[in-house]
Amino acid sequence: MRTFPIGGIHPHDNKEWSKDKAIEIMELPDEVKIPMIQHIGAPSTPVVKRGDKVLTGQVIGQSTGFVSANIHSPISGTVTNIDMFPNGQGQRRMMVVIKREGDEWLETIDRTPDHKRECTLEPKEIIAKIKDAGIVGLGGAQFPTHFKLTIPEGQRAEVVVINGVECEPYLTSDYRTMLERAEMVLTGTEIVMRAVGVERAVIGVENNKPDAIKHLREVIARDGYRGIEIMPLKMRYPQGGEKQLIAAVTGRQVPPPPALPISVGAVVCNVSTCVAIYEAVQKNKPLIERVVTVTGKHLNSTHNYLARFGTPASRFFELAGVPEGDVKLLNGGPMMGRSVVDLTAPLIKGCSGLTVISGEEAARGKESACIKCGKCVSVCPMGLEPYLLSKLAKMQKWDMAEEHNTVDCIECGCCSYTCPSYLPLLDYIRIGKQTVSTIVRARAAANNKK
Amino acid sequence: MNPLVLTVLTLSLLGALLAVILYFVAQKFKVEEDPRIDEVEKMLPGANCGGCGFAGCRAMSEALVKNDDIDSLYCPVAGADVMKSIAGYLGKSAAEKAPMVATMLCGGTCQKRPKVNHYDGALSCAVVNTFYVGETGCAFGCIGYGDCVQACKFGAMTLNAETGLVEIDPDKCTACGACVKTCPKGLIELRKKWPKNRAIYVACRSKYRGSVVMKACKAGCIGCGKCAKACPFEAITIDNYLAYIDPNKCKLCRKCVNECPTGAINIKNMERLPKEPAAPKAEAPAAVKSETAK
Amino acid sequence: MATRLFAAPSPHIHGGEKTRRIMFDVILALIPALAVSTYVMGWRVLLVTGVAVAGCVLFEYLFGLMLGRRTTIGDLSAIVTGMLLAFNLPVGIPWWIVLIGAVVAIGVGKMTFGGLGCNPFNPALTGRIFLLIAYPVQMTNWTTNVPDAISGSTLLAVVKGKTYDAAGNIVLGKMNLEGIDFMDMFGGYMNGSMGEIASLALILGGLYLLWRKVISWHIPVAVLGTMAVFALCVALTIGGGALCYELPLFHILAGGALLGAIFMATDYSTSPMTHKGMLIYGVGIGLLTMIIRLWGAYPEGMSFAIFIMNAATPLINKYFRPKRFGVKK
Repeated sequence: MRTFPIGGIHPHDNKEWSKDKAIEIMELPDEVKIPMIQHIGAPSTPVVKRGDKVLTGQVIGQSTGFVSANIHSPISGTVTNIDMFPNGQGQRRMMVVIKREGDEWLETIDRTPDHKRECTLEPKEIIAKIKDAGIVGLGGAQFPTHFKLTIPEGQRAEVVVINGVECEPYLTSDYRTMLERAEMVLTGTEIVMRAVGVERAVIGVENNKPDAIKHLREVIARDGYRGIEIMPLKMRYPQGGEKQLIAAVTGRQVPPPPALPISVGAVVCNVSTCVAIYEAVQKNKPLIERVVTVTGKHLNSTHNYLARFGTPASRFFELAGVPEGDVKLLNGGPMMGRSVVDLTAPLIKGCSGLTVISGEEAARGKESACIKCGKCVSVCPMGLEPYLLSKLAKMQKWDMAEEHNTVDCIECGCCSYTCPSYLPLLDYIRIGKQTVSTIVRARAAANNKK
Repeated sequence: MNPLVLTVLTLSLLGALLAVILYFVAQKFKVEEDPRIDEVEKMLPGANCGGCGFAGCRAMSEALVKNDDIDSLYCPVAGADVMKSIAGYLGKSAAEKAPMVATMLCGGTCQKRPKVNHYDGALSCAVVNTFYVGETGCAFGCIGYGDCVQACKFGAMTLNAETGLVEIDPDKCTACGACVKTCPKGLIELRKKWPKNRAIYVACRSKYRGSVVMKACKAGCIGCGKCAKACPFEAITIDNYLAYIDPNKCKLCRKCVNECPTGAINIKNMERLPKEPAAPKAEAPAAVKSETAK
Repeated sequence: MATRLFAAPSPHIHGGEKTRRIMFDVILALIPALAVSTYVMGWRVLLVTGVAVAGCVLFEYLFGLMLGRRTTIGDLSAIVTGMLLAFNLPVGIPWWIVLIGAVVAIGVGKMTFGGLGCNPFNPALTGRIFLLIAYPVQMTNWTTNVPDAISGSTLLAVVKGKTYDAAGNIVLGKMNLEGIDFMDMFGGYMNGSMGEIASLALILGGLYLLWRKVISWHIPVAVLGTMAVFALCVALTIGGGALCYELPLFHILAGGALLGAIFMATDYSTSPMTHKGMLIYGVGIGLLTMIIRLWGAYPEGMSFAIFIMNAATPLINKYFRPKRFGVKK
């Protein structure tokens, strides 16, 4: 069975906590806050003003560049405020506040439950529809999808790789999507293949999800999806990392930054993104909701919700019943999720799960000295030396950090996970990566000027 | 005996021979350098802090000797007097610069700015800044893990465990600017240094509106503008709900201090004006002026 | 209970591996060898080991106090150092020499460089080499050892002794393995340091460490493999092929080869980080050991070989970096 070539760890996935919970439709929130930036790139500009009536699916934020994405109202109602509000990390961002009045949808959106398979649109039309629908990578990176599907001049896509790996422990939203919305995933995949002009797509699924593998294969055989292959992959974190997944599926390694996956002929999409693409292209439905896993060891109940964006984080935690005592709330899974400190923060496009880490696990272990065991080096999936990069960043030796390829880091956290001395390796490497990237960009800009 | 003598002889000969070789090599590869560079380097403090913008004192001395115009070169550690004597030695004119001192512009102590979450990552302000606003509700305030304390080469900075804030000893501070570069929140400013370490400044950098500031911190500037109205020298500007006292316009008259409803304007090494302004009001600026004139 | 909301950068879970647990595993892995030695050599083995361990822990505590650092005896690494030091000493050694060894191992070998993880040389080896040079008589006095084994000196010394001809020149061709019982060597009935004799027990310990993923196979296999291949080459060329089965096995079982390859060379802070580096390092140790054993003045070269390769570790780390993802060779 295939997997990626170097490094990696095998954390307990604990997916059994929520994997058997069918997708529930979350109650509609009475008020939503919609951030004007939920993607990588330029923030969108609000195109509504206070007092405006909006319908579900109506554009409220216009994208402001090619690397940017439209933002739509997830509910119908009245715009009550446009101001800076805190996101999950307490950072204030421009948000549009909408008070709900019923649930009235835009008329152009096809809300019938039938599955619509045929797509005769030209690639350009498909990409335009995806751009209008404001679709971004729903795996967590939030990279605008229309940008990803636009193949640069002189390059050619050879294979579409669909990410059904969900290597992040605890989370099950992609798993439930593959089980319950397999037709949408597969039709979405066909649309992506059409958009980038390739005949072959591979859906990579880790072998800890045999049900999903079986179900997808059955649907492919039943409905005659051509050119789509389900590839079981050996369970290993971070297989869902874009570069790792491409290496696992195709055996080709994407060169170091700034090279993109297209340089090895691959276009990667998440399964949830495929569903969004299907809905946007076939049903005219913009991206206004997603499947979110709410999970944790000591929760009263775990869920997989289909929830509208803008629903406050606090509502999910209320429904799940967060235990008392020490807790850590995460937007995402336990390996790459971001700590949430402000519960008024809304659900955003890139949030595939809300994880609660409670009790003794909430706090980190006590640090001790580095014993040079080399475990971080052996688990790094990018072939870096985390112990060294961490030290260099701490000492602010940016030139040496650059020499040791700190910008290659994908922030998967394998190094910190495995360190027997509980050193916060990634905490410092991240600073090094950010600083070195800034230096490199400034240098490139200066060179361009000349 | 014989081997002993032989050994001594051989080694002495070898030594002499190598010395001669070394001498000639040194002559051949001698680098012609302006002897004044050494002299200037001796006059500089030798802290190699980089406050001047050069890699170290040696590089600074080279620049001082080689550049015709040394107006832009200034060693904040040595101060104006030393720069003047260096300029005198080189026969150039030195830039006039008032002495400066680093000032930390946050007054949100643990009591006034309560913690709302418990940070559990690497103990570094820069790490905190990579992913969230910090342990308090304020996105602009001092994080309190002391990156600047680590950066200070002169031991001028300390972390006060009780207030959770960084404190700067103005007598030890050389205004090299290392802390200014380090602080991820940009809270440290180099301000004009008054005699007796007197100072008045707004200890807040929050650009959010008053209601937001009040929720997070009781000592923050809410941008009410009362201080700006009280200032007779137009030294105070309000921008983004934040008052700023221009250190070059401020005359330490202290009128603004009592106006501030949240106590965000800090006053150091001076008495506050009495609540009912009286006679000393007129004296204070004059007294300060006469001191700076010296 | 008050609710505390934690915040930290990712990752938020940990694999659970701990320094202390790793050290505990090493101690566990050393116990079979200790037991066999005690059985073969008597109770004094436990006494010497106890003195060495107590000395190392005590000195780590004292040096830590002296340097004003938080004490690190809780990570159990001093116990490992003490046990390994004892394993490198003959059983008849006076107790005060053991203590001197502990001072050198912990004080010079470890704490002066900044404690665990910062030492460039294996601390136990530093202690042993110091003692070997400072107290050569006591350190090579094997007389109180195994009653049944060839008395007086280790097998390596015995074999090496017969490789000199009358004029004092080294004659490898005469290497004589007569009268050597490999089963005895395997089980521990031979002369030597306390820890190095019990070959089977050491291999068992090594397998345990491999299973626990405390060590990887690279260093032990590289060291022992190099030694075996080298011995085979010697047997085929100089020995005329007569000893081609016995000589490699003899060199692996004799002296400190197993102890060194499994427990001493794999010390984390003094061995390379990458697998490729580990192989180079292991091959270096194997070669140097064989060169010292066959042509050097000392009958055993393991400790010197490891020591020399420890010094080369930073260099190996610099030139044998892990393979960067996405870059073709």
